Amino acid sequence: MADEGFEFPVDRTQVMLFARSLLDIRPEYWDPNDPATKAVGGITVPPTFVQCSAHWQPDYPLDLTRPRKEPRQPRPEGQGGGGLGRGLHAEQHYEYHHPIYVGDTLTVTTRPGRRWEKEGRRGGKLQFSETITEYRNQDGVLCVTAISVGVQTEKAVEQ
Amino acid sequence: MALQVGDTREQVVIEKVNRTHIVKYAGASGDFNPIHHDEIFAKEVAGYPSVFAHGMLSMGLTGRALTDWLGVTALKRYGVRFTRQVWPGDTLTAKFEVTKVEDGLATIKVVTVNQNGETVIEGEAIAKADAV
Repeated sequence: MADEGFEFPVDRTQVMLFARSLLDIRPEYWDPNDPATKAVGGITVPPTFVQCSAHWQPDYPLDLTRPRKEPRQPRPEGQGGGGLGRGLHAEQHYEYHHPIYVGDTLTVTTRPGRRWEKEGRRGGKLQFSETITEYRNQDGVLCVTAISVGVQTEKAVEQ
Repeated sequence: MALQVGDTREQVVIEKVNRTHIVKYAGASGDFNPIHHDEIFAKEVAGYPSVFAHGMLSMGLTGRALTDWLGVTALKRYGVRFTRQVWPGDTLTAKFEVTKVEDGLATIKVVTVNQNGETVIEGEAIAKADAV
């Protein structure tokens, strides 16, 4: 079952900051007047931009400024993605269905996916779990489906 | 000209990752796992030699190389596995190869390596074949 979701407004400054953090200065991510931006229908977002929804996620476990019931705990059962300490991000997948533009308000819903275990080469037992997140715009159009695979390890991963 | 099987592309996506790059990504993305910015936590609590970059920083930088090549409207899918950590000082190169073109869509093998040729992420993208 998916949760009821939360709203994620797509803000021009956020898009610019995220693109710059990826050393990306192409105009489609910040300049509404550039011909390249006009050609794609407005300021759009980098392929991994939806990660920024973390800023808007209620009780997001990695935002240490917000009160939480159980600080510094791994994510709940069935929740993939990176956690604290021993939790690592194993895989990330995106499907792009419809463009996202600055000014959109996305609704973000998340549901658990598959879970499995395997023996690591050096890291002991590895527990994998998927989190499936859907991003829909203000017209109800599905824009992006994201599948995150998190792994919990028994000890620090060696090089 | 559309993408063809066998087309390749290679791009250095970041030279000598530093802690400022990592912190900037943390702030922009909202991923404040201390393992990526808190040296004491990373070493003494989690047992790593130092902080290391978010896997999503490598994926995002590699995504930048994809959009540099194909533009911002071409991608249909993009997915990777994180195979090795990226440490301060590392230089990353993204390597792409078109492995299939079918029904107007190109399948692109994605591999990003560090300065030692070790793979840090690997996966696949699917893009409109007429994007280039």
